[in-house]
Amino acid sequence: MNTAAVIKRILRQFRRDKRSAALMIAAPLLVLTLMWLVLDTDEAAVEIAAVGVPEHFVESIETEGMTVTVMEEQEAEEDLDRAEIDGMLQLEDGVPVLTLEGSDPNTSGAVRSKLQKQLSEQSSPIEWEYWNGSSELGLFDYVGPALIGFFVFFFVFIVGGVSFLRERTQGTLERLLASPIRRSEVVFGYLGGFGLFTIAQSVVIAAYSIYVLDVFMAGNFLYVLLVTILMALTALSLGTLVSAFAGNEFQMIQFIPLVIVPQVFFSGLFPTEGLAEWVQVVGNLMPLTYGAEALRDIMLRGASWESFQMEVFILIGFTALFTALNIIALKKHRPL
Amino acid sequence: METAVEMNSISHWFGKLQVIHDVDLNVEKGEIYGLLGPSGSGKTTLVKLMTGLLRPSEGVVKLNGEKMPALKQMKQFGFMAQSDALYSELTGRENLDFFASLYGMSRKDRRLRMEHVLDMVNLTVDASRPVHTYSGGMKRRLSLAASLIHEPDLIILDEPTVGIDPVLRQSIWNELNRLRDNGVTIIVTTHVMDEAEKCGRLALLRGGRMMAEDTPFRLKSKLEVSSMEEVFLHYGGGIRA
Ligand SMILES: Nc1ncnc2c1ncn2[C@@H]1O[C@H](COP(=O)(O)OP(=O)(O)OP(=O)(O)O)[C@@H](O)[C@H]1O
Ligand SMILES: [Mg+2]
Repeated sequence: MNTAAVIKRILRQFRRDKRSAALMIAAPLLVLTLMWLVLDTDEAAVEIAAVGVPEHFVESIETEGMTVTVMEEQEAEEDLDRAEIDGMLQLEDGVPVLTLEGSDPNTSGAVRSKLQKQLSEQSSPIEWEYWNGSSELGLFDYVGPALIGFFVFFFVFIVGGVSFLRERTQGTLERLLASPIRRSEVVFGYLGGFGLFTIAQSVVIAAYSIYVLDVFMAGNFLYVLLVTILMALTALSLGTLVSAFAGNEFQMIQFIPLVIVPQVFFSGLFPTEGLAEWVQVVGNLMPLTYGAEALRDIMLRGASWESFQMEVFILIGFTALFTALNIIALKKHRPL
Repeated sequence: METAVEMNSISHWFGKLQVIHDVDLNVEKGEIYGLLGPSGSGKTTLVKLMTGLLRPSEGVVKLNGEKMPALKQMKQFGFMAQSDALYSELTGRENLDFFASLYGMSRKDRRLRMEHVLDMVNLTVDASRPVHTYSGGMKRRLSLAASLIHEPDLIILDEPTVGIDPVLRQSIWNELNRLRDNGVTIIVTTHVMDEAEKCGRLALLRGGRMMAEDTPFRLKSKLEVSSMEEVFLHYGGGIRA
């Protein structure tokens, strides 16, 4: 009952405070678009080797930003090993086959799109092979899922944490606790009010990334929504919990490098397999690790529920833990 | 007479700092009880102890005979904090509606009471404006209205008339007197002398200690002085606690 009152009030505040509402939706879209512009570019200059390909064919595919050098097969393979060239073009039964060096998805994407464009003019088929790895994804495709998760997490953390903090600094928390509301009702009200808002936020961000920015997407859109909403709730419960330890908005911002930035390192944007065991343990304590992993599972590998349910349960566990701690932390403001 | 608020040998510490020293007080139902004391004397702390926002380090606080803090008693009083606790994005009416809904009032009750208390504090015309456009006094009045919204039998007001002009202050006191006549118990903290005079009984605080407690008339006559000001100064109000 009181929870519903808090939810209604938060939604009303969102309607009035358009800036916060816009921040939570427009800012992630803006940053995702910028990342997309930087990462999904085709403009990188690429270099490929032509092995046993007729001269006129080599000339026909050369284009701005792509040099094609005629080489011996052995020399080309050595260069591929050293990643000095980005691909090797051969002819097999008259069909061109391009072996991509493949370690940098960004470059692979550039080679593919340039060649495809040249060949489509001649309507010639082509086959693709990979020297290293087998990813057929651009860099943005690869980091996209983690970025979606990260931005949802980041902005909900900030806006949720600061709103809860303001409740304290403007005295309304005390006023609220001088009424017959339970501490848990305050916290659930926040989860509910922001939760409803983050559903809208998650839909917009996920749909924009997948359908407008065209991030690689092999899985179920509803699964993506489920995971982003859970990440938002985790971020909200963490943000409100952390705000109990901040004296003002400025101190809340100081928690970003402490709480948010480290999570980025473990979210899969950077490889962590080779790191020391204790470092990986640290990563396992961070909600973003699980959210990003689940999103990659769904979006890149088209995972079914079974293969990412563990991450979902862990995110729910984090939310439950932070919420419980938050209810306890409120004791500081009313012992009952 | 029945007791609304009962405080028995209350002491309170913030960390190592003792701010309330062995205070005993009883507020009878239907009286206006004033807490008068200089800044930092512990008025707000006492009020927070009464409302269950703080648990006393020592001693027992009872509201309507029940030991605080108790969730059941939270419904029984209206509280106006020293600083305005309002949602600045929301309008005056939306603020009241939110606080009203915390007391489980029906929609119809809420609407009726809302208009009544808005009228009481003279804010009917401005009630549809967001609170961040209000003046300091308007916010104070809205806070007062919020504390009265659920028709409590006990109202606890922490410096309710700061920043309110004399005319409106007079009308608020008229309203408080009218509420008292209807059996409502009122506790108010103040450091304004003419307001202290209007209380039925008065507790004088200094440095977290209760220096005296009586009707304004008897406090004055005991010291053979003619003004509250002199009583205040006598009990150390002039020197910072
Ligand atoms: N949360 C707190 N932590 C530490 N000390 C506190 C806290 N709240 C109040 N105090 C101290 O307790 C004493 C009494 O404060 P209180 O707010 O009760 O005074 P007051 O009589 O309401 O003053 P004013 O008229 O200025 O509002 C002061 O010395 C104050 O510094
Ligand atoms: Mg005070």
